[in-house]
Amino acid sequence: MAFSTFLIYKIILVLCVFTLALVVAMYSTYAERKVAAFLQDRLGPNRAGPFGILQPLADGLKMFMKEEIIPNVSNKWLFILGPSIAMLTACMTGVVIPWGPAYQGASGTFPLQITDVNIGILYLFGVVSIGVYGIMIGGWASNNKFALLGAIRASSQMISYEVAMGLSIIALIMTTGTLSVGEIVAQQSGWHWNIFYQPLGFLIFIICAFAETNRTPFDLPECESELVGGYHTEYSSMKLGFYLFAEYINMFISSAVMACLFFGGYNFPFIHIHAPLLASIVGFLIMMAKTCFFIFFFMWIRWTVPRFRYDQLMNLGWKILIPLSILNIFITGIVMWLQHKI
Amino acid sequence: MQALTNRSKVVVKKEMSLAEKLYLPAILNGLKITFSHFFAKKATISYPEETRAFAPVYRGMHVLKRDENGAERCTACGLCAVACPAEAITMVAAERKKGEEKLYREEKYAAVYEINMLRCIFCGLCEEACPKEAIFLTDRIVPSDYERDGFIYGKDKLVDPIDKPIDVSVRETAEVAAFKKDKEYAHNQTWKDQVNTRKSGH
Ligand code: SF4
Ligand code: SF4
Repeated sequence: MAFSTFLIYKIILVLCVFTLALVVAMYSTYAERKVAAFLQDRLGPNRAGPFGILQPLADGLKMFMKEEIIPNVSNKWLFILGPSIAMLTACMTGVVIPWGPAYQGASGTFPLQITDVNIGILYLFGVVSIGVYGIMIGGWASNNKFALLGAIRASSQMISYEVAMGLSIIALIMTTGTLSVGEIVAQQSGWHWNIFYQPLGFLIFIICAFAETNRTPFDLPECESELVGGYHTEYSSMKLGFYLFAEYINMFISSAVMACLFFGGYNFPFIHIHAPLLASIVGFLIMMAKTCFFIFFFMWIRWTVPRFRYDQLMNLGWKILIPLSILNIFITGIVMWLQHKI
Repeated sequence: MQALTNRSKVVVKKEMSLAEKLYLPAILNGLKITFSHFFAKKATISYPEETRAFAPVYRGMHVLKRDENGAERCTACGLCAVACPAEAITMVAAERKKGEEKLYREEKYAAVYEINMLRCIFCGLCEEACPKEAIFLTDRIVPSDYERDGFIYGKDKLVDPIDKPIDVSVRETAEVAAFKKDKEYAHNQTWKDQVNTRKSGH
């Protein structure tokens, strides 16, 4: 492939993934309200457009029209930097996720993954960790005790759960032998989904994913009953919108990551299509279906399980999940040793 | 102690079993319960399109009725305004001119008749007081408004439209008519009636 085609193709792909993330996040807000409503025997938003389909647009417009308030006592630059970082890191994570099988065209191969870096998983973890800065800086710059408390909660929670999350992934990496997300997905064709080899690892991973995205039952950083609003108490208008939006993008990306690492990504058993374009499209749709299921699962949990207390949260993270994930690594090692894979 | 319902559970403080300590079975059970509601019948009533039936005694926006010939029944006697505990009603009376018999049933009529819907408490006492069967509370709802002025309803909003009269048959029953004519009640007696009863020694 010529370099110019390569460049243009990559730029188009980046734009597509960016738009995809934004649109999915936008409609996640709608889906969240609908799911909440349906689980509570209500109808949810249904006035803007048919079935309320235009509701996210109306919400976005509302966010833009709201008065922009920057508190006098806040540190102005940090105050603006906070949501920017949160949004930036949220958008950056989609880069290493393979959205579908590569398209074998006449002029070369077009992978539906922006870049298949060989340390894809480490990249993901690195970028997600920077996301903490967005929250921490925002909470600190607000110069408000509730915002600061929320930010401290968020950062200590995210740092704690990152440990368990990383450890749960190590067992997965031992079995797959690679850090590249693209390769991990490619290995799982047919029924070889990692969930069957790493059920415990998946359980730990999904619990940590809930904690990392600050979703219920780990949504203590924005616990309204104690903290007014949490780390974004002082935020208004679209800056608040960015924080909320970043949370939904994170949710989307972590759903995609779970689909990729444990549920075979774009692979689905019994589906073998040889027409290259169709294969890519079907693969993409399968991937989206899995992702959407996990997004639904996030919401389903949110409207079922109440919030943890903070000490319970820390106990669960340090005293249960970390030992469990170490145990998981040991068991994986022993089984691999017995099967003479190492 | 006797249980009030069969849903009550005896609470025992005991060590949690392993399954309970794991929390996951409980969470799965919770997920099952919430999901069962996903397809359940929704309790919401989509208001403007769907409405609930009002109770037969519901008291909403007033109507000033016309008689069978289309003439306004109200004679501006002011009894409704006197009866009103919220002092919501004001009116200006006028004398019927020649040729206006089609418009007003009585010789005196209300040129201006206003109800302040922000003051009104929808008690229905005006309806009870009216000797001419002119004012009724209906099952219509007073809509909201941005301005206070909009809540002062004049005759344009209150008087029965000629082409499609408001149905008040639920409230204008035979019992009501009988009650309004029954001379036993002081409010149905004229001055002459009262003199007569006094003469006859009651
Ligand atoms: S319903 Fe009651 S408060 Fe309202 S105008 Fe009639 S008498 Fe007054
Ligand atoms: S509505 Fe009835 S009570 Fe009120 S002024 Fe008219 S006739 Fe009299």
